[in-house]
Amino acid sequence: MSNFEIVAREDFSDVTYLLEVRHPLMAKAARPGQFVIVMSHEHGERIPLTIADFDQVKGTITLVIQAVGKTTREMQQVCKLGTTLYAIVGPMGVPSPISHAKKVVCVGGGLGVAPMFPQARAFKESGAYVIGVVGFRNKDLVFWEDKFRACCDEFIICTDDGSAGIKGLVTEGIRQAIEKHPDIDEVVAIGPPVMMKGCAEATRAHKIKTMVSLNPLMVDGTGMCGGCRVKIGDEVKFACVDGPDFDGHLVDFDDLMTRLRRYTKEERMALDHWEQSCRLQKEIDAAAQAALLAR
Amino acid sequence: MAKKKTIRTIPQERTPMLEQDPRARAKNFEEVSYGYRLQDAMREAERCLLCPDQPCIAGCPVGIDIPSFIEKIGKKDLRGAYDVITATSLLPAICGRVCPQENQCEGVCTVGESLEAVAIGRLERFVGDAAIAEGWANIPYIEPNGFKVGIVGSGPAGIACAADMAKAGCDVTVFEAFHQPGGVLRYGIPDFRLPNEVIDAEIGKLVGLGVRFECNTLVGRLFTIEQMIGEMGFSAVFVGTGAGYPTMLGIPGDSLNGVLSANELLTRCNLMRAKEFPNYDTPLPIGKRVAVIGSGNTAMDAMRVSLRLGSEKVYCIYRRSKAEAPARAEEVHHAEEEGVEFHWLTNPVAVLDDGKGGVRGMTCIKMELGEPDDSGRRRPVPVEGSEFDFECDVIVYAIGTNANPIMGQTSKLKLNKWGYIATDEHLATSVAGVFAGGDIVTGAATVIEAMGAGRRAAASMKAYLGIRDSNLPYVVPDESGILFGIPLRERNFARVRVA
Repeated sequence: MSNFEIVAREDFSDVTYLLEVRHPLMAKAARPGQFVIVMSHEHGERIPLTIADFDQVKGTITLVIQAVGKTTREMQQVCKLGTTLYAIVGPMGVPSPISHAKKVVCVGGGLGVAPMFPQARAFKESGAYVIGVVGFRNKDLVFWEDKFRACCDEFIICTDDGSAGIKGLVTEGIRQAIEKHPDIDEVVAIGPPVMMKGCAEATRAHKIKTMVSLNPLMVDGTGMCGGCRVKIGDEVKFACVDGPDFDGHLVDFDDLMTRLRRYTKEERMALDHWEQSCRLQKEIDAAAQAALLAR
Repeated sequence: MAKKKTIRTIPQERTPMLEQDPRARAKNFEEVSYGYRLQDAMREAERCLLCPDQPCIAGCPVGIDIPSFIEKIGKKDLRGAYDVITATSLLPAICGRVCPQENQCEGVCTVGESLEAVAIGRLERFVGDAAIAEGWANIPYIEPNGFKVGIVGSGPAGIACAADMAKAGCDVTVFEAFHQPGGVLRYGIPDFRLPNEVIDAEIGKLVGLGVRFECNTLVGRLFTIEQMIGEMGFSAVFVGTGAGYPTMLGIPGDSLNGVLSANELLTRCNLMRAKEFPNYDTPLPIGKRVAVIGSGNTAMDAMRVSLRLGSEKVYCIYRRSKAEAPARAEEVHHAEEEGVEFHWLTNPVAVLDDGKGGVRGMTCIKMELGEPDDSGRRRPVPVEGSEFDFECDVIVYAIGTNANPIMGQTSKLKLNKWGYIATDEHLATSVAGVFAGGDIVTGAATVIEAMGAGRRAAASMKAYLGIRDSNLPYVVPDESGILFGIPLRERNFARVRVA
């Protein structure tokens, strides 16, 4: 199984991009909350990415990626329409339990906005009243507003600078939702750890069940290496096979954030190494171009 | 007529195998042992008494006719020796390297009662390497029988099962979750013990038998075992997914950065090539002082990998004594030679925080051996008040694995109380047509035991499918002639008749 073709690409901003990959079998198997592991090329690393959408009819799965490190920035350059990924495996992880909650708040922050979409849609399809809360830094970064509006009964956009929707973090959106609806059964949140931590704190006092989707570092994604272990209450769990969804009120977010910094130094090195080779390549190209013109 | 060999007439000393100098090899990933040359192999073959009891055959989990192949080496008939081995074992180049021979064939060798046992493992490896170098492959005539068989996992259990089913004429597909096949042979065992070229060559033989490998396929999640038996049309399925799920110690500081499982270290280094970072993208924590907890083969691999990655000090921390260490004797010996510092009868109590989320060191306690436990080994008990701290910045846990939960989460397969797949004595699971073997049934064991399980499961699957067992010893037909100028015996193509 190879030849995972990129059949669509969309750039939401200069750091966020969407890839739609052809994989009919996975499109059929995928459920909200699951993730894939991608290798962009043979020398690449294995990176976990939450599935942002899947389409059984088209036979594709959608990934929304933020260019932050070496691999994701390199993918931003090379993953063009019609190119292929070296490897993609999944769907991994336990699907999100779409409970019988009657009223839910679906919270997505930054990169977590995209993977929240299939959950919001699943809750809607199961008959829940869905309140969508999404957060971005500013209005230029907003994406998928239409997709969310189509499956949410209420929809709140939060921006750091107030350029779209309300000014403030997603926790402000949650606060407003809870104020307006005292009968919320469940909150689900996906985003950076610090945001999910904030969400869990925002609901703790109200005793509202809060599920979060954790994003630790992974290698195999099949429970074999233990790199993705997280502290859930008194227990140690592997996010890849026991999760990635856990009860936000039990998650040790500080531990998660520390563990995410395990390879900061190496990640910096990889990025420098790559940027250096990009610069060299540019110089070679320019020199070749100049030589061609001189002839 | 040669005189009958006796224990007095054979070479008394075991023939040494050329090895890289320990100090040099501790800095590179080249294979440690160069293997026998022909003259070494022939001398060692001399040491086999060809005794009538043949205890070595019973000592081998797959029952290789050991005296017979050794006799052929003695006559310089390497192809003949290869034919004998491949009658029962598909992968001599791998097994010769990684089997714990001292507990198996060599452990019961008659010569071993008075002298050092015949170096059966080294001879097997010699034959396997010769076959790879010469491009030999014994591909029998295969008549398709129309049965489709699915194998989950491409580790030793899976490929052994795949080979037998393919030889019986089944259409075999092996599914692997990683991007390259081989399972633990690929991600777990380092290059200096088992080079990737050897794995590629041995897997190439399966492809020659018509086996298909589908990588990047996580069975259970992409499709289930039940779907394989149902809509995907597999007549039988073998599950050999390995144990996975590394055990953590459960002591304070377990989750600090710098504490990782041996599986993670080895996978990053071997499969993902982190040793070539940043030319490969996967990073690896390289400690100045590395403490590896445990004393099995995986622990030895983790220590020796750490040395090669450039760690200054590598410690082995084990709560029992050297006599109880589960690793292959040769691996412990190699690790000692390369400079690993062993701390027997020592148990970690806590990992010490450096204040920045990393590891500063470890508190350990001295142990002593008490009464024998269930495993028959003497139980280590802590010596009160003997705690001490020592400095290290990376800690590797190599203390075993628990059952991987994916099969249990995604299928109706019955599990035992430890979470491993429950099977009957024929390795049949609770679901009709589904068989299982290897670490996912027994818990962590060895490569050859997994291969043995794969082969036993294959025999059961053939019985289940009602296929006449074509798993007869492979007999080389008389192929002394020449066709189109090519010696008949070199016709190594798969003769598959299209139905």
